[in-house]
Amino acid sequence: MKASTVAPETAGTSMADLFVCVLMRDLKLASRRRIDALLPLAFFLVALSLFPLGVGPEPQMLRDIAPGIVWVCALLASMLSVGSLFAGDHADGSLEQMLLAPQPAIAVAAAKCTAHWLLTGLPLIVASPLVGLLFGMSGPALAALVFGLLLGTPILSLLGALGAALTLGLRSGGMLLILIVLPLATPALIFGAGAVGTVEAGMSAAGHFSLLGALLIVTALGAPLATAAALRISTE
Amino acid sequence: MPPLPSSVSSAPLAGAAPWVLQTRGLAGQRGDRALFERLDLGLAPGSVTWLRGRNGRGKTSLLRLLAGLSTPMAGEVLVCGRTLRQGGPEWRRRLVYIGHQNALKEDLSAAESLRFLARLHGVPVDDALLAQALRRMGVINRQHAPVRTLSQGQRRRVALARLVLSLDAPLWLLDEPFDALDADGVAALNGVITEHAAGGGCVLLTSHQPLSLLQPEPAILDLEPYAVA
Repeated sequence: MKASTVAPETAGTSMADLFVCVLMRDLKLASRRRIDALLPLAFFLVALSLFPLGVGPEPQMLRDIAPGIVWVCALLASMLSVGSLFAGDHADGSLEQMLLAPQPAIAVAAAKCTAHWLLTGLPLIVASPLVGLLFGMSGPALAALVFGLLLGTPILSLLGALGAALTLGLRSGGMLLILIVLPLATPALIFGAGAVGTVEAGMSAAGHFSLLGALLIVTALGAPLATAAALRISTE
Repeated sequence: MPPLPSSVSSAPLAGAAPWVLQTRGLAGQRGDRALFERLDLGLAPGSVTWLRGRNGRGKTSLLRLLAGLSTPMAGEVLVCGRTLRQGGPEWRRRLVYIGHQNALKEDLSAAESLRFLARLHGVPVDDALLAQALRRMGVINRQHAPVRTLSQGQRRRVALARLVLSLDAPLWLLDEPFDALDADGVAALNGVITEHAAGGGCVLLTSHQPLSLLQPEPAILDLEPYAVA
């Protein structure tokens, strides 16, 4: 062993390997705790099913408010699970080991965001057509809702991960997390719900989707970097 | 045990010395509290160094600093003559840090946890290597058991089995590695440390228990003289 030199040659992992390694582990952990993994979806469906009981069963009113409440419930369901995104790994020392991996921590941040979206955002998207039908939404409006959620829920996961990293280890971190993330997520909420409303009014929602897409690109480029930096600061 | 053998120097160090790790004027803190300062040390290949000091003196903080998990108040850390920033990813690939926590997930099995940690650090593993590492640490019969069913000592053994997979890493930083281990576990860990040092590896460890390691003879690095009053 050449202990006196830092050898330049290493087989080792690439960023993609680290990404896959962390992602697959998180998915495996979720598969071992299915009830916990299903909690955001259950919250989403239960919260939505309460609205007709609360505001009344009038079909036109439910159709009108459906896009907004679907998006609000998706946002809250997403926040429900994001608080624990790094907490477990921080508590048991796994996060330290991830930050000591040879590859940049951005791969860890991106993998955790992806895992969160696959376990939270994707099930909400899959369930949203059913919810839309229950609220009497039309076919084009349903398609706009699903496409909007497809663009918007990754933004929620990326921003949620950033908030979780910034508040990691803090007392009352959960409240702070909500205060940080909700204002940042508001544009996605507005454009996502607005797209459905525009389609229902017979107009094109291309502008809303373009803005959502731009938001997704900006968030995807910036949030993992910021999350990685926040994780390093939080674990110091 | 000698208090300051050649592998651990408190004098300013010559750049030519083949240190695996050097510090120059290192100062550390926890929160707002300064813990130690003006720490100059050098760790040579093949050495084992026992880092000592009272509770709260900064042993864990020093290990975290050397691993690059935190930033020093002052001074610098050189690994093989390069700063941590210069060494970067290549250095992290060749460093093993095992802290207080075992970094094991309750819902994974012992073998799955060990495989994840190895892959995380770019250590190629297969089932045979994993089994060999777990066998050496005496937990092969629990390899498929979920971590939540293991005792504290067994969890520590699984975490330490990573060392068997990383014998070619030049530096091991071990925070209380003997915690929760029984006599067999201590003997197994001593054997792994001895093999690592014999291959030119370098170990810096903390322990509140007296060390039973015979080969190589551990040097002592006491943090008390560097404590901030």
